[in-house]
Amino acid sequence: MSALAAIQIGEPLRLVLFLLGIMAFVGFNAAYLVWAERKGAGRFQRRVGPSEVGYAGLLQPIADAVKLLTKQVLVPPGADATLFRAAPILVIAPALISLAVIPFGPALAARDLNVGLIMIFAFGSVNVMALMLGGWSSRNKYAIISAARVVSQNVAYEIPMLLVVVTMLLVTGTMSLTKIVEDQAGGFWHWNLFRLAANPLMPLTFLTFYICMLAETNRAPFDMAEAESELVAGAYTEYAGMGFGVFFMGEYANILLGCSLATVLFLGGWQCPFGLLPGVFWFLVKLYLLVFSVIWVRWTFPRTQFYGLLNLSWKILIPLSLGTLVLSAAMIKLLGR
Amino acid sequence: MKESLREIYTGLSSLITGLGITLRQFFKPVVTVQYPHESLKMPARFRGHIELVRDPATGKPLCYACKLCEKACPTDCITVEGLKRDGEKRKSVSEYHLDFTRCSLCGSCVEACKSGAIRFSKEYNLAGTSKEEFILDLFRRLEREGK
Repeated sequence: MSALAAIQIGEPLRLVLFLLGIMAFVGFNAAYLVWAERKGAGRFQRRVGPSEVGYAGLLQPIADAVKLLTKQVLVPPGADATLFRAAPILVIAPALISLAVIPFGPALAARDLNVGLIMIFAFGSVNVMALMLGGWSSRNKYAIISAARVVSQNVAYEIPMLLVVVTMLLVTGTMSLTKIVEDQAGGFWHWNLFRLAANPLMPLTFLTFYICMLAETNRAPFDMAEAESELVAGAYTEYAGMGFGVFFMGEYANILLGCSLATVLFLGGWQCPFGLLPGVFWFLVKLYLLVFSVIWVRWTFPRTQFYGLLNLSWKILIPLSLGTLVLSAAMIKLLGR
Repeated sequence: MKESLREIYTGLSSLITGLGITLRQFFKPVVTVQYPHESLKMPARFRGHIELVRDPATGKPLCYACKLCEKACPTDCITVEGLKRDGEKRKSVSEYHLDFTRCSLCGSCVEACKSGAIRFSKEYNLAGTSKEEFILDLFRRLEREGK
């Protein structure tokens, strides 16, 4: 791919290629992360997981997609049909747009925006609204309860998430994701995760970011939006067929985006841990290790109760991230960057 | 302050302990049996429907149609017929029907049998689409097994 970027091609063509590439990447990952999730769940519970469709169940996502596509997309009577149909699209579209500024490799980013980081969070906040719309327009009790929960959860976790990002901005001094990765060149001790000279609490900042990422993507143990044991399927209750399928794809696209962002901000993006051969494969290795950890966390912890979730955010994560922000600001002021 | 810091510390360390436990399970072998492809060996005292026992010396069924099992059965689900074949000293079984729809696997027939000619089978794949499939012809079954 980096060879492809080296070839001088016209800007519109380049953008179309990246658009196709990102959509293919997200589509492929959404399908196969479901497979990986189910396989992983199986392994964590000492089961086999999907094994019947194709070798090791590898054709299972295709079978699932065919099944979802053949189902009718029902709009419940009395529901707000326009919003109901728009909600799944609003979940997946921001994730697709945000991936445009993620630098996969040294020359592999659709756009190196100088405000890339802020753009991702601007579009990321649409996700909450989409889930809320989906829940509200369904005209269903459970969906509405779920929508209310999603909003309070996401508002609570957006704050520490953005505080962490502000800390990172102070430390790196740029919002361009490509520059952030370039600054972390040469060995894992240069990664932002281990930049203890700038902020001795950096690993904790990473942990805060990771927890907020789980909460923002509504992943277990924070899957309040889809608390199937309490709220049927939460905001997705009334969705059938591909409407639900797109929500699902959106969830995985958001996980992918969150993990990419964590890789870029903390784990040195495409940089090699030993300072050798930087390239897109290092990015993918780190990305999928993080994705594995997300699956690992999901199949380890039970869903938290709602007050526990809010307590964690307001009582621990927000003070902690505020503390790291003030600390790194003070250190930069005193010691210089 | 000290209390809440300790709470955070114990909470976090318990989360890490949990992650460690699940990761260890992740790398252990799978324990589920993939049923249609593989199945477990039934234990020695498993009670499937009864079956006739072959005489190891001659290869013929041990049963000589004394009908004690038929009488012992509390639900009348066994029907035995015997006939005296040429050149044999005593009767031998010619028909053995078991109406498995009524059998409760009580084992009275197995207890009643003096020659040990019937025993519980290890058969448990017993799905069927009609009632008639469960009126089992155990004599034919034994003959089929011989082939």
